[in-house]
Amino acid sequence: MNWLAGFFGDAAHWSGPDGIPVRLLEHLEFSAAAFLVAALIAVPLGMLIGHTGRGALLVVVAANAARALPTLGLLVLVVLLAGVGTVLPVLIPLIVLAVPPILVNTYEGVRGVDADLRDAAYGMGLRGRQVLFRTLTPVALPLILLGLRLAAIQVVSTATVAAFVGLGGLGRFIIDGLATKTYADVVGGAVLVAALALAVQFAFVLLDRAVVSPGVRQVR
Amino acid sequence: MTDEPLVRWDWIARNWANGGPTAISALLENHVVMAFLPVLFGLVVALPLGLACVRWRWLYQPTAALMNVTYSLPSLVLFSIFLSITGLTRSTVVIPLTFFALAVLIPAVVDGLASVPDSVRQSAVAMGFRPARRLLRVELPVAVPVVLAGLRVATVSSISLVSVGALIGQGGLGNLFIDGWQRQFYTPIVVGIALIVLLAVLADGLLVLAQRLLTPWSRARRTA
Repeated sequence: MNWLAGFFGDAAHWSGPDGIPVRLLEHLEFSAAAFLVAALIAVPLGMLIGHTGRGALLVVVAANAARALPTLGLLVLVVLLAGVGTVLPVLIPLIVLAVPPILVNTYEGVRGVDADLRDAAYGMGLRGRQVLFRTLTPVALPLILLGLRLAAIQVVSTATVAAFVGLGGLGRFIIDGLATKTYADVVGGAVLVAALALAVQFAFVLLDRAVVSPGVRQVR
Repeated sequence: MTDEPLVRWDWIARNWANGGPTAISALLENHVVMAFLPVLFGLVVALPLGLACVRWRWLYQPTAALMNVTYSLPSLVLFSIFLSITGLTRSTVVIPLTFFALAVLIPAVVDGLASVPDSVRQSAVAMGFRPARRLLRVELPVAVPVVLAGLRVATVSSISLVSVGALIGQGGLGNLFIDGWQRQFYTPIVVGIALIVLLAVLADGLLVLAQRLLTPWSRARRTA
């Protein structure tokens, strides 16, 4: 607790290029960029695979691989291979690790829609694409959002570890603190990341409330 | 970059078992211990807690919420926080990973017990099973597939998460990543990733095998 007071009470931690506000913004920036790219890849792909049923194996393999692949190893290898110094190589592992949760849950969501509902939509004269967007997507939305939430948390977490390979953000406090044995910084940084992760979690709860149709929620 | 090959086999041969604490085989052993202890502890705690959540339904909501929060915390964050309590020891990795395992296993135990059909439970009662024996001989065996599915997720995640512990000096094979990074040397990194994925696949395979052995009836039903 003394460490926390020391970390947050120190005025030097609140300003300058390695102050908390700057680091927080950096963290949000990298995370948002990686998250958006991952979502743009995985949501359409998951919907397509779920709708057509083709390529389901890809989803299973991606899900298992993402769980088994060590974050730190992937970061270190990609950044060494792509060259140290720029931000872009660090974003690659962030994106790679964020795609599977979105892909799997979007796929499961679309796949898991009641067959009767799907048939009813076709029976009412909707075409394939209309069925996907007007019927399957709203019903699958809770699971799609779950996938997005897991991916967002994954990105925030990986971005923290990525401080080790030179990325800015809140992870810097932890990594630099460990290097210099300034444990107050380590714990302070950890508390900041924890708060960010919880805020992301909470934001998705609110989003879920806002966009999921009440009818769908009742069925759950 | 340079023309450094991805894998130098002679480095692996020299460092597989050089007797020191940084030998690949020593790190592997360390990694296995640190990855499996959390799953083991997690299972030991999750079984009674899961049972309690089924017995007293009001317990489940707060437990699930707490586990959800835990699960959303990055592993490095939990390691860092425990660093201030347990120092640079194995516990600093094993305790947080136990919480992650719990976050997967408690819902698995609860869902598993909920998956037991009422007809099965009633048949057991009608056959004269007392509650304790019914739980051990009927409900838990029927719940095995769901619990083991959770156990597979927990085990594979645990194996890969241990490596992040390398940042606080307790990461098993994860130390190879730090080593490779500091020397700009690909081989240890590739070896680390390959061994961790291999370990995960192996552990997953063993759990699938365990499920087949523990639920012989599901195979009989399929062949019948």
